[in-house]
Amino acid sequence: MDWSFIGEHVPDYLGGAAVTLRFGLYGVACSLLLGLVCCLLRYFRVPVLRRIAGGYIELARNTPLLVQLFFLYAGLPRVGVRLSAEACAVIGLTFLGGAYMAEAFRSGLEAVDKSQREAGECIGLTRAQNIRYVLLPQALATAAPALFANVIFLIKETSMFSVLAMMDLMNVADTLRTSGGRTVEVLFMLIVAYLIILLPVSLIATWVERRLRYAGFGDQHTV
Amino acid sequence: MDTILRVRDIKKSFDGTGVLSGVSLDIREGEVVVIIGPSGCGKSTLLRCINGLEQIDSGEIWLRDELISGRKKDMHLIRQRIGMVFQSYDLFPHMNVMDNLLLGPVKALKKPKEEVEAEAVAMLRRVGLEGRGQALPRTLSGGQKQRVALVRAMLMHPELLLLDEITAALDPEMVSEVLNVVIDLAGDGMTMAIVTHEMRFAEAVADRVLFLEQGSVVEQGTPEQFFHDPQTDRAKQFLQSFTYTSKRERS
Repeated sequence: MDWSFIGEHVPDYLGGAAVTLRFGLYGVACSLLLGLVCCLLRYFRVPVLRRIAGGYIELARNTPLLVQLFFLYAGLPRVGVRLSAEACAVIGLTFLGGAYMAEAFRSGLEAVDKSQREAGECIGLTRAQNIRYVLLPQALATAAPALFANVIFLIKETSMFSVLAMMDLMNVADTLRTSGGRTVEVLFMLIVAYLIILLPVSLIATWVERRLRYAGFGDQHTV
Repeated sequence: MDTILRVRDIKKSFDGTGVLSGVSLDIREGEVVVIIGPSGCGKSTLLRCINGLEQIDSGEIWLRDELISGRKKDMHLIRQRIGMVFQSYDLFPHMNVMDNLLLGPVKALKKPKEEVEAEAVAMLRRVGLEGRGQALPRTLSGGQKQRVALVRAMLMHPELLLLDEITAALDPEMVSEVLNVVIDLAGDGMTMAIVTHEMRFAEAVADRVLFLEQGSVVEQGTPEQFFHDPQTDRAKQFLQSFTYTSKRERS
């Protein structure tokens, strides 16, 4: 292991990590929003829109991110829509992640007893108030593990951004490897970089899940 | 007295099975109507139709002089005027008792929190739950939960309160602590429609008894008349099913 090579290229990796993290987090945030909207459209059986949401979820989950990115980056310009690599990255990740997040939210909402929704309706809450105060807090407790798994999954998927010629971690490593040939060092640093980003996310996830479990309000079925 | 609720010939079926086949019912202000009947007769469905948890197939439901059936928009405004308590309490498990009580009045009715809080404290005391505002629902007994659910509904100051078998899930010794609260409310002039299997409670609280079978009203009258001199054979049979013949009498 050539430690001086490693020390010399730490700044490259920091730059790559910044790109990975920044666009990964944009994608995660947008995915959560899109996923929540899609999930609610289906949960409340909103006519037409829930079918569109359902179709989108199947499309997004059953096509690879690589193909989705190619479509945005190489396909759309053919019909006159030209997007920057960064825009393609965030849109692509959101497209993929929204579907996974929608399914995670669904698992949480479906675990909330239907009578909870009715109880909220019976005290005259609007639908939005019912979601915010009654349904979502309970759904999140159940959905948290799946949501966090998706966050980690999506940040890992940012390694596909290299096909957009973005200098994310993957592309930094790939460029170094092909130019210098220090494959072992390059890949070692790549793995360490991803771990440094994702281990804290995993730890936070474990902590949040434990807190939610100990909050222990999930036992409302002991009638 | 004013008529608060008018139900006109409502029909409701689930997947082709008729549950309500033309039920009509008027409830006057301050009146307590108890609806009884064998299971599956449509009692709960009737209550659920009244506050729009189920859509009726035909007929009309009026709350004072407002047509409330078949309405799509602003149903939450109607539900703010009709309270409902279920068999399964359905307190919000992630909130303590006080937050359960405040949610409707503060968020739906936009009342000032302090005002509702003071009222909630007084109501909790009245139902024997003084100082339990900070308790989480899961730490309460079934009877306590149901009393909280009653307070939660009452704090909305509904014009009409619907009670759907609210003691059906309770241990026998907890039934009376809940039903006494209901009798107390009836004494205050609360207008109620109550579905119950507790015949003695029904007799004690009702101004009028409605006997429902297979989705239609078979008989109705005062509790004295219904329980002691039922007019129809079906009502007689039904009431008989609540009395038991002892081993000695049988032999």
